[in-house]
Amino acid sequence: MTTASTRVDAAPRAPRSIASPRRVVSKVYANGVLVIVGLCFLVPLVWVLLASVDAHAGFETQLPKVFTLANFSAVLQPELTLLPLWNSLLLSAGAAIVTVVVAVLAAYPLSRYQARYNKPYLYTILFGTCLPITAIMVPVYSLFVQVNLLDSMVGVIFFMAATSLPMAIWMTKNFMDSVPISLEEAAWIDGASAMSALGRVVVPLMRPGLSVVFIFVFIQAWGNFFVPFILLLDPDKQPAAVSIYSFFGQYGAIAYGQLAAFSILYSLPVIVLYVLVSRGIGGSFAMTGAMKG
Amino acid sequence: MTTQIAPAALGGRGRGGGRRAGRTVTRGRAWLRALPLLPSVLLLLAFLAGPVVWSFYGALTNASLTGPAAQSPDFVGLDNFVRLFTDPTFPKSLLLTVVFVIASAIIGQNVLGMWIAVLQLRANRVVSAITSTLVVAAWVLPEIVAGFICYAYFSKDGTLNQILAGLGMTGPNWLYSYPMLAIILANIWRGTAFSMMIYQAALNDVPPEITEAAMIDGAGGSQRFFLVTLPMIRTSVSTNLMLITLQTLAAFTLIWVMTAGGPGDDSSTLPVLAYREAFQFGDIGYGTAIAAVMIVIGAVFSVFYVALLRERPAPKVAEGPGPRHPASEREVAS
Repeated sequence: MTTASTRVDAAPRAPRSIASPRRVVSKVYANGVLVIVGLCFLVPLVWVLLASVDAHAGFETQLPKVFTLANFSAVLQPELTLLPLWNSLLLSAGAAIVTVVVAVLAAYPLSRYQARYNKPYLYTILFGTCLPITAIMVPVYSLFVQVNLLDSMVGVIFFMAATSLPMAIWMTKNFMDSVPISLEEAAWIDGASAMSALGRVVVPLMRPGLSVVFIFVFIQAWGNFFVPFILLLDPDKQPAAVSIYSFFGQYGAIAYGQLAAFSILYSLPVIVLYVLVSRGIGGSFAMTGAMKG
Repeated sequence: MTTQIAPAALGGRGRGGGRRAGRTVTRGRAWLRALPLLPSVLLLLAFLAGPVVWSFYGALTNASLTGPAAQSPDFVGLDNFVRLFTDPTFPKSLLLTVVFVIASAIIGQNVLGMWIAVLQLRANRVVSAITSTLVVAAWVLPEIVAGFICYAYFSKDGTLNQILAGLGMTGPNWLYSYPMLAIILANIWRGTAFSMMIYQAALNDVPPEITEAAMIDGAGGSQRFFLVTLPMIRTSVSTNLMLITLQTLAAFTLIWVMTAGGPGDDSSTLPVLAYREAFQFGDIGYGTAIAAVMIVIGAVFSVFYVALLRERPAPKVAEGPGPRHPASEREVAS
């Protein structure tokens, strides 16, 4: 680093003022490139928006000649979308609730007591956050066959909770570390046990943090296709991610407009939740959700 | 995110811990205190550690999807692993996975994400906000929807060929002729947001005085970036590279929707190959062997990642020579 800086110094150059013409040029260049990049990211998205309201949608991006909401009303049938969306809700909310409860319980001793197991435990689960979940799906399938959990929504809920648990424990522990212990001490003096202090004092104070954890687990579970695709067989139990895939396989090659409409309906909840989190609690938390795609 | 909190949290102990440390705790009490950890330990053992261990056992059997070998698989020793390295499909798939990870994550997402984040420092605020929103939009969508959108975009009558036709060119059927290129571009579109946000946060933490000092010393734009900014955010860079590598290694849904690993096996990366062998060809044992290989690859990366985080004593100090360096630089200059 030092050698590098001396090299910079060695090159004689006129100091540039902040308002130099080169600065203006670089600003124009930056704006120009960003506009182009933005357009590249936008173009694929336009298709899904336009096709969903187009009566004769194809794979081309085109302004609808006949504007219609028929695609939406066509897919809004109980067995086609409403039941799968309900299943998605059950799976995602179930996984998120299990994760948050288990993570709060685990975070409490990790945050409040000093113990020999703290560090090894935290590093082991940090290792777990990196485990590629798609890699273990084949063994998970045969394990589920062995213990007779295949095609069970409860099994899927617990599996998805377990996969998001390492991340959730880390986040929850960090949120809990920022709750001052003096409040709990007051509760202990008043005769509360550790668990009731956790439930009545700590958890209410952590509500914003816990809602972030909840929403992230929810978003991950909502978008998860591979896990229910492998572990659930009965079409009546399948979430929207899987039913949209079967819909695509059966009608997708004909009903592009309906596919687009279905995609939008299915994506809306997570977009809303994401906006809520990134607006409310700060953009930096937004990144944690991506730990596992 | 973890990367930022992790070392601080470990180094600086739980807040309660410090105060209560002085008190001696009886063994029974210590167990009682650890009790709330139990549900998490059970869940992690049953659903994460279980399958990992099982994969190494299952890979040694001839388990199949249907038939007699589904109920009571036989132990076949290393047969599946021998087959892995004699079957030309596996080395090809491994190579495709490496190409996919390097091209779409390490080059594509990482460089593009960094480029966007750097340009945003200079650009108009509205422009950079809109760009961020569009990049993030591709990432927030459920993966399967992103898959459909890319399928439509790259299909024969899709938007990409429409654009090419507008420029007077006839585009090929991307998903059949260039499946790897299509999924690589799709994954860049889908995943750049993550790198972009990591680098936005990292660049925000670089004090402007430092780059200004370098500018006064006469460093040009690229010199400032490569000699000053980049060394200061190197921890974010390595963390990001590790995480996007692991994510891309595990990508399944996007590829499955776009090409299903085809045509033939021309875009079968390891997760797709494992799925096809296990569930399309019904050979669970062989699919499990591929899974075991993936777990080992993932574990190697994870060990590096955890070691990387442990190395850093505390987040601020970790950025290393940064805060102290410019002072010395200024001294040299004066």
